[in-house]
Amino acid sequence: MALQAIAFYLMAAVTVAAGFCVVSARNPVHSVLWLILAFFSAAGLFVLLGAEFLAMLLVVVYVGAVAVLFLFVVMMLDVDFASLRQGFARYMPIGLLIAAVLAVEMVVVATTVSTQGAAKHSPGPAASGTDSALSNAEAIGRVLYTDYIYFFQAAGLVLLVAMIGAIVLTLRHKPGVKRQIIMNQVLRTPATGMKLVNPKQGEGIDA
Amino acid sequence: MTIGLAHYLAVAAILFTIGVFGIFVNRKNIIVILMSVELMLLAVNINLVAFSAYLGNLTGQIFAMFVLTVAAAEAAVGLAILVTFFRNRGDIAVDDASMMKG
Repeated sequence: MALQAIAFYLMAAVTVAAGFCVVSARNPVHSVLWLILAFFSAAGLFVLLGAEFLAMLLVVVYVGAVAVLFLFVVMMLDVDFASLRQGFARYMPIGLLIAAVLAVEMVVVATTVSTQGAAKHSPGPAASGTDSALSNAEAIGRVLYTDYIYFFQAAGLVLLVAMIGAIVLTLRHKPGVKRQIIMNQVLRTPATGMKLVNPKQGEGIDA
Repeated sequence: MTIGLAHYLAVAAILFTIGVFGIFVNRKNIIVILMSVELMLLAVNINLVAFSAYLGNLTGQIFAMFVLTVAAAEAAVGLAILVTFFRNRGDIAVDDASMMKG
């Protein structure tokens, strides 16, 4: 149990510290790298909670796809990031004030919920719900593909629409680039492909 | 020394607060704003998974998965809009983003 507590405090501290570095780093590339660290340690927290499948999903989807996407975009855009930091100090007081109020409120609610709410009577993660014979991934699969199948399909649709949207938004045709148009090649006939010229004596042909 | 639900909820609350704070202090840098939104979604996911584990109900984890899906879609579309905006403007300052309307 002590080991679990040490692991929890370590990962929680790393998650929070990395999260803070994300918003305060000067260089956005560093921000993305801190974001990756935050996701990794959050995945560790998920493992502690017994949600191994979601932890793997977090590493694969967030670290593997989303964070790398951020990294590509940050490196691709040639922006003067120093000018974008103007107003950092100006908005600091109001930001700190709102953040403090929000944090106090949420921690109060969280402690109330966990000491007096439904969770008080819960057995805790060690004995969490489903049969211990099933692995976490199998248990999720059994629920996901039966009770939540329509939501699952809808999630796929969301991803499809997002993919099409992203492609449509960023696709552009550069003028002046020669492309192969197979239709035009197939439709070519001797009449359109050939031109008979009768050059005069001593003169060239201008195309 | 035992780790209860309140511990996880507190971590999620702090992380969410950091996300809100990041949006406030990085008002001009839309990339960091998007990253702050990702942090907030991560905090929500921690909440969902913590409740799922402590209440012995898998629904929270399923929901966290859908949140993950939507977050991925949101990041993809957001970054695509950002790239398009940068191509048109040569800059990503959020202040003049209102030129995109209409």
